Amino acid sequence: MSEPATPDTEVLRLVGLRKSYGVGTPVETEVLHGTDLILAQRDFAALIGPSGSGKSTLLNLLGLLDTPTDGEIYLLGQPTREMDDDARTALRGSTIGFVFQFHHLLPAFTALENVLLPRMLTHGRPRPDDIALASRLLADVGLAEFTDRKPSNLSGGQQQRVAIARALMTRPRLLLADEPTGNLDTVTAASVFALFRRINRDYGCAVLVVTHDPRLSGTCDRTIELVDGRIVSDTRHSPDAPLAAA
Amino acid sequence: MWVEWHIALKFLRESGAQTLLIVIGIAVGTSVIVFITALITGLQDNLIERTLGTQAHIKVQPPDEINLTVTPPGNPALLTLEDRRAQRLHSILSWQDVVATLDGLPGVKAVSPVVAGPAFGVRGVAVKSVAVLGIDPVRYQRIIPLSKYLVAGSLRVGAGDTLIGRKLADDLGIRIGDKLRLEASGGRTAVLNVTGIFQLGVSELDTRYVYLDLKQAQSLLDLPGGVTVIDITIDDIFAAETYAARIARLTGLKAESWIETNAQLVNGLRSQSLSTVMISVFVAISVAFGIASVLAVSVVQRTREIGILRAMGGPRRQIQRVFLLQGGVLGLAGSTAGAAAGYGLVWIFNTFGPGLFYIPVAPALIPGAMAIATLVGVVAAAAPARRAARLDPVVAIRYV
Repeated sequence: MSEPATPDTEVLRLVGLRKSYGVGTPVETEVLHGTDLILAQRDFAALIGPSGSGKSTLLNLLGLLDTPTDGEIYLLGQPTREMDDDARTALRGSTIGFVFQFHHLLPAFTALENVLLPRMLTHGRPRPDDIALASRLLADVGLAEFTDRKPSNLSGGQQQRVAIARALMTRPRLLLADEPTGNLDTVTAASVFALFRRINRDYGCAVLVVTHDPRLSGTCDRTIELVDGRIVSDTRHSPDAPLAAA
Repeated sequence: MWVEWHIALKFLRESGAQTLLIVIGIAVGTSVIVFITALITGLQDNLIERTLGTQAHIKVQPPDEINLTVTPPGNPALLTLEDRRAQRLHSILSWQDVVATLDGLPGVKAVSPVVAGPAFGVRGVAVKSVAVLGIDPVRYQRIIPLSKYLVAGSLRVGAGDTLIGRKLADDLGIRIGDKLRLEASGGRTAVLNVTGIFQLGVSELDTRYVYLDLKQAQSLLDLPGGVTVIDITIDDIFAAETYAARIARLTGLKAESWIETNAQLVNGLRSQSLSTVMISVFVAISVAFGIASVLAVSVVQRTREIGILRAMGGPRRQIQRVFLLQGGVLGLAGSTAGAAAGYGLVWIFNTFGPGLFYIPVAPALIPGAMAIATLVGVVAAAAPARRAARLDPVVAIRYV
């Protein structure tokens, strides 16, 4: 990123964000009722809340995968609501990294190629320094030995770490993770969270993680609780004693 | 485009059996098109060659003689009842000039003046009606390659020499060196030395044609210095009608093309070509549907992967191109295999077939078929590609 970023730089600001499904039909339902939120560069935040509270909807909106019914999302200060699909896709590709619950790696590609994918989609054939970066990221998540394996030959935790390395490939300013540890055992889950914390610290990248697990959300610096489409609490706290990384 | 190629090829390779099956399907379709097109082209070339091997592309003849009616002065109403005039054998007026004019016409390959008329061939007690053709052997050879058809003797048509057909020779019991007496109308006769026997392969011609030296035929048919027909061959045989019309306008003579004389054959050839085209079109359509359905299934199977690509910053057009490329690659791969198989079939036909005729493979046929199949693949991929591009990333990612 060209502009100088300090820990307090605002990465994301939501203003009066609303989202309804089935607009114009008898079953129109509003899922988010005017959400305001600011994420700063140094934030390592957990988004918690019961099922159906709108966590995934919110994550899709601020990941620019979906468009709000009302309100505005400022990403690095840029309003995004009026952008067309191509502009949103380009901004998403260059500033946001995604980690999904089910790793979502492309099965036909090796770990290294999966990590290179975001770069290839926006810049075409990877250059040697792209490959070097991808290898370094894989090494960083502890997978230096597995670069040439296909996802089917990796464990669930390893696949998720490939997905995290992939999310970091574009040097994003914001990392969004939707239940990234949902199908991992607790030890592996803790190591993934430890990795997020390290990313937050070393890469200067804001991290927002949707999780169900209070033990994991406790390791974050900030906990945002969403209930029935409203933010009911937003607390900053110093993390508990970090869980031991596997 | 690199990344689109990369992803398209990975996708195709990953869905191995599916890809292989559709490639085989396309290959079968292409081989049918290649083989049938080559077969029909070969058959038609052969038919045309056989037909035109024994006749000129265009025959120029003197116009029919008609009665001229003198209108009496004062424009009275005139009712006439007249019979068509009997057409006597007559020469083309100043044919030397006509030949010179035709010689200089672009696109005309050969011009040969001929004097043709009826006579009887007599040997002993046997009499056969024959067609006398007086030719200039050098020029005539370029119209009908007589030397190719010669089965005995030599191609020598000097004064007192004659070439006769195989059947006539059999009927009259003539061998090389024997004498043949020709009797034309008006009691004119000629006794000729048979120097060659030919077999054109058309029984009618092999029974009746008797080739003579031009001058000798002229005197036998009582047309001193005249010719009755000018035979022409041209470069583009299918333009014969146009050329005939042009020559008729240019010379004021009657010009008849082989297309007119062989209307039924030409009609048959056209129907055949049409049915070949129809078969090719329908095969291409079914190949297109095959490609489209395989890619449609692939889009559904890869919904989640498409969602990931979109979430990672892949624009809609990129996704669309990935699927268009897959269609094109399937078309190209299938048609490459199919063209090879079609070529193989042609080779088998030529080597082990009935040997009735040889099938040539036109140099443009194989690259043409491959280009068309590739294009068909891209076009067939259009609908699935559009669907893939329109997938909502949010929905696609959650698709299980």
